Amino acid sequence: MLLTACLCLPSLFAQSSGYLAAGEPAKVAGARSAAVQAKIPVTVKVGYHVNSNTPSDDYLIPLKLTWISTGALEAGAVTYPKPSLEKYEFAEKPLSVYTGNFELVANFKVAANAPTGPGAAVGKLRYQACSNKACYQPKTIEITVPYQVQ
Amino acid sequence: MSPLRLSTAITAAILLGCFLQGCTSGPRTVRAATVKASKDRRDAPEFTLKDADGKTVHIADYRGKVVLLDFFATWCGPCKIEIPWFTEMERKNKDRGFAVLGVSMDDEGWEVVKPFLAELNVNYRVVIGNDETAQLYGGVDALPTTFLIDTSGKIAAVHVGLAGKKEFEDGIEQLLQPGGIRRDASNRMSLPAFAIRTK
Repeated sequence: MLLTACLCLPSLFAQSSGYLAAGEPAKVAGARSAAVQAKIPVTVKVGYHVNSNTPSDDYLIPLKLTWISTGALEAGAVTYPKPSLEKYEFAEKPLSVYTGNFELVANFKVAANAPTGPGAAVGKLRYQACSNKACYQPKTIEITVPYQVQ
Repeated sequence: MSPLRLSTAITAAILLGCFLQGCTSGPRTVRAATVKASKDRRDAPEFTLKDADGKTVHIADYRGKVVLLDFFATWCGPCKIEIPWFTEMERKNKDRGFAVLGVSMDDEGWEVVKPFLAELNVNYRVVIGNDETAQLYGGVDALPTTFLIDTSGKIAAVHVGLAGKKEFEDGIEQLLQPGGIRRDASNRMSLPAFAIRTK
């Protein structure tokens, strides 16, 4: 059974995970009105890249984290890491991209009237990946930031 | 650790490893199959899509022509390399029974596609595709994906990812020859193999 499962894994994986994965950040905790930060670990599959939040050309789709619901937190700015400039066969000039592992930092403020206790902010991360020869449909994955109001 | 837990742990480790390193050494290498003899080709799936003028387009409309069917998107860098080639091929070969048909996979539709086509001076017909069309043609996860369709409406070659201009030109030229085939020394029908890497 294990062998069967292993043999099936690559195709199952390709369908369900795409080219980027985001881990669940550690739970953030803070008192009312406190500023809190969540670090969201992101991994781009080896051999692929995603456009940064500030792509080199207007036609490219940026990496973007937006919030659907933030519960007792008030959403602040998202801090994206410094992108790298990489040259690819299909582009004349280097492109602003992310590869490998990086972190997004989501800034929040605990609402002044927030009830104490746990909760979760839910957002969506949109990305568009390419290899050196092909590009893949934009995808959106859900991001959940657990929090605790103290 | 129980056998079940051990199995679960190993499976999870393999999944993680596959993601981090890829189950191959990197991006999938897609090797389009050697173009098959006519008898082994499958029909290009039928679709009904609209062009920029709102006119309905069926792939069957192109029966009798060699067709280059290009799935692309405005946000796709490799597509922007190939599209000027296809514009040139359309201009050179349109009077020889050849046509390019573009299928845009942009979710935003004509709002983004029309300016893009104007910017690149595209001279061939383009339709807006959808998931259903993509599924008919094998999913079309990677863009560009380009099909060469013979005069009898059958798929003769597939390119996945950025390909070489000459590979397209050679394929088109051979499909445009009478019979759309050539014969090798052993008198077997053959067309060039399009070996495309999508790295």
